[in-house]
Amino acid sequence: MGARIAQMVPTLFLLLLAAFTLLHLAPGDAAQVLAGESGGGDTTYLANLRSRFGLDQPIYVQFMLYARNVLSGDLGFSFRNNMNVVDLIGARLLPTLLLTGSAMAVAVAFGMTAGALAAAHAGKWQDRLISGIALLIYATPGFLLGIGLMILFGVTLPWLPIGGFVASQGIDSGFEYALSVAKHLVLPVVTLGALYAAIYTRFTRGAMLEIYVQDHVRTARAKGLAASRIILRHVMRNASLPLITVIGLQAGSLLSGAILVETVFAWPGLGRLAFEAVQQRDYNLLAGLVLTTGTLVVLINLCVDLLYAVLDPRVTLR
Amino acid sequence: MSNPRTSILKLRRRTFLAGAAASLVLAGRSFADAPVRGGTVVALAHPGEPNVLTSAVVQTGQVQSVSSKIFDGLITFGDNFEIKPELATKWTTSEDGKELRFDLRPGVRWHDGTPFTSADVKFTFESVWMKIHPRARATFAAVDVVETPDPLTVVFKLRNPSGVILGALNGLESTILPKHLYENTDIQTNPYNIKPVGTGPFRFKEWVRGDRIVLERNPDYWDAGKPYLDQVIYRVIPDATARYAAFESGAVQYGTLTPISLSDLGLAQKSDTLDVDFHGYEWLASAIVADFNVRRPPFNDVRVRRAVAHAIDLKAFVRVTTRGLAKPGTSPVLSTQTKFYAGEGLPEYTFDRAVADQLLDEAGYPKKPDGTRFATTIDWLPFGETFQRFAEFARQAFKAVGIEATIRNQDLPQFFRRVYSENDFDFTISHRAGLGDPQIGIDRVIWSKAILKDIPWSNGSGYSSPEMDKLIEAAHVAPNEDKRVELYKQIQVLAQRDIPTFTLAENKQFTVSSKKLRGLGTGSISVYDSLKDAWLEA
Repeated sequence: MGARIAQMVPTLFLLLLAAFTLLHLAPGDAAQVLAGESGGGDTTYLANLRSRFGLDQPIYVQFMLYARNVLSGDLGFSFRNNMNVVDLIGARLLPTLLLTGSAMAVAVAFGMTAGALAAAHAGKWQDRLISGIALLIYATPGFLLGIGLMILFGVTLPWLPIGGFVASQGIDSGFEYALSVAKHLVLPVVTLGALYAAIYTRFTRGAMLEIYVQDHVRTARAKGLAASRIILRHVMRNASLPLITVIGLQAGSLLSGAILVETVFAWPGLGRLAFEAVQQRDYNLLAGLVLTTGTLVVLINLCVDLLYAVLDPRVTLR
Repeated sequence: MSNPRTSILKLRRRTFLAGAAASLVLAGRSFADAPVRGGTVVALAHPGEPNVLTSAVVQTGQVQSVSSKIFDGLITFGDNFEIKPELATKWTTSEDGKELRFDLRPGVRWHDGTPFTSADVKFTFESVWMKIHPRARATFAAVDVVETPDPLTVVFKLRNPSGVILGALNGLESTILPKHLYENTDIQTNPYNIKPVGTGPFRFKEWVRGDRIVLERNPDYWDAGKPYLDQVIYRVIPDATARYAAFESGAVQYGTLTPISLSDLGLAQKSDTLDVDFHGYEWLASAIVADFNVRRPPFNDVRVRRAVAHAIDLKAFVRVTTRGLAKPGTSPVLSTQTKFYAGEGLPEYTFDRAVADQLLDEAGYPKKPDGTRFATTIDWLPFGETFQRFAEFARQAFKAVGIEATIRNQDLPQFFRRVYSENDFDFTISHRAGLGDPQIGIDRVIWSKAILKDIPWSNGSGYSSPEMDKLIEAAHVAPNEDKRVELYKQIQVLAQRDIPTFTLAENKQFTVSSKKLRGLGTGSISVYDSLKDAWLEA
């Protein structure tokens, strides 16, 4: 365990260094973008902005300053947003985790169930139906699915709010707050979850079909075990190992895939913050985001490793 | 099943309601138009989430939209650029034009209760506008000193008469900050930039990043009885279709600066619940422009620039690229800026490919055997895909007269660097804001002293003409407004003759609002209306 956590440190440092260098290689600077959006300026104005942003310092000094601050828990100041990076990210972290976590849960639950059903009825109409739907969802661009759902459930049948995190008025108690957040969460989670559920369906089906023909399953059948027990304990458990690997690998893409859903549903998450930070060349914020999402991905993979040990007794963690 | 008592009650209630409705009808429009107090308006933070909430520090559209509810200016604009009092009740210009005196409104308080005085104006002028505002040093160049003989009087002492100053003292271009909260601080990182304290009809309540900004009624507002609304909530909705869905579902009631895509505009105009208004953008004066790099061939030759102007069919341009919404450009000063617009006498570039061909031949770019004359590039301002459409239209127009153009795509920082830092371009499709006064909006693209390295929206063309400089500098010190207007008319004619920048179209931006939202401002700057007169129909 300890060794695994120690391994994370150089990974994160390299991540930070790479992001910082890449950003500084990109042409254009933050001061110019800000001046441009303000409808122009003069030389003194621009020089003021540059020195405020520390852009007039040599690049290694800028990085050293940043690295030192990160170690002391200070991710710097976003001049663009007039706020500490830690506060900015902190406010967005919970919505992102809520969205991606729920979407992941929905995707895994639906994907595994549908995949198991399809595998159990391989070649029959149930299999074709499930595989067909999965393929259709997989082929639909995420934003299109999101907008379609929004227009149907938010405008035509106004059952659900069309976007945002929580109703902006009429919230008096903690319960109302939670209820409102849950209502706002439905459409983004369904959109994001559906895409991954489609992938997991295909994946579960394939993995289970492979295991169905293995010897231990035939033995289980020969012993006269109930079909449901065979599916759950002998097939599903084995099939879930490669599935969990895929989920771990996709954790990063789930976080970045959230950008689209966050944009369509005005969800105040990290993805949108990152997108805006790139557009605005907000170095401090971007580096902070790279660090945060990098840490998240590394942590998720740590969880995946732990899950292996739970699911497969042959695996032990050192 | 039904209880007889209830049904009698119901009947009574119905009769009563019918009676009430009848009396409403009798009372007529005057009753229905009387403002109702209370209610919350949900508005769009557009074109994105602001980064601070005071336009004294940052002047982007999204900041100004919110800032204009919280801050007042010394003056504001009514219809047709009529200057109206706001924090100043009266102003006088001395006989020689070298002194501008303002009487301030008595009894005005900042949202924290501190009285607003002339010291706030003097402080903001010296420590904010002249230090960190992108345009103020040019606008207020004539100001020698600002004096405050008493708490309710501000005097601008000028080196020479300067007509640009009065109008520039509106709350958007020259936002006044509270001295007691900003003195001896770093203005740009002052914490009050994100929890502003102003004097306006609404005060800041909370800001949840990425989601909403909540403003509430200022109970102590100087215009007693106003505002009518309890709250204004700004919501951030990044996706254009989602924004339209938000209007359609009633989740949002107010959005400015073209809040929905043009493909949804028709739906909004036909809607029973929404209003679309094109007024209030006159001060902003948004234009789609083509800028030539006059430093190097081929566009260093005015004949080539004129040939291009003749080769682009502006009527077709606005029809094809903006669905007929914009108006073909005729001058760097837009026709909506009625006071300064020259109208007659402006050189016109009628769409005529034969004339363009002839000019190009004369300039020494004959058609080669393959039908082309020379190759060039088009860089478009990455303010959304509409600018790419403009660039594609220009490319086709170029092709018809033998100019082979390559369109280059890049993001905003790269565009700025290419045009304003490296000057490595031939032709750009870009945007220009007129900002109410040509001295603020137009000088910067045609004055040789506005050729400023690295500065976005400066004279990127590199156009420098002694004749033009003379006219501009005369306008800056014009003894009276009539003379200044006259000079700016000559400046337009010359700019249109030399065309370092070619105004392709006058942009028509619009506001979308719920029909229930009444009392929206109508003045020349009402895109940034303070909403103090706005009210919600019950």
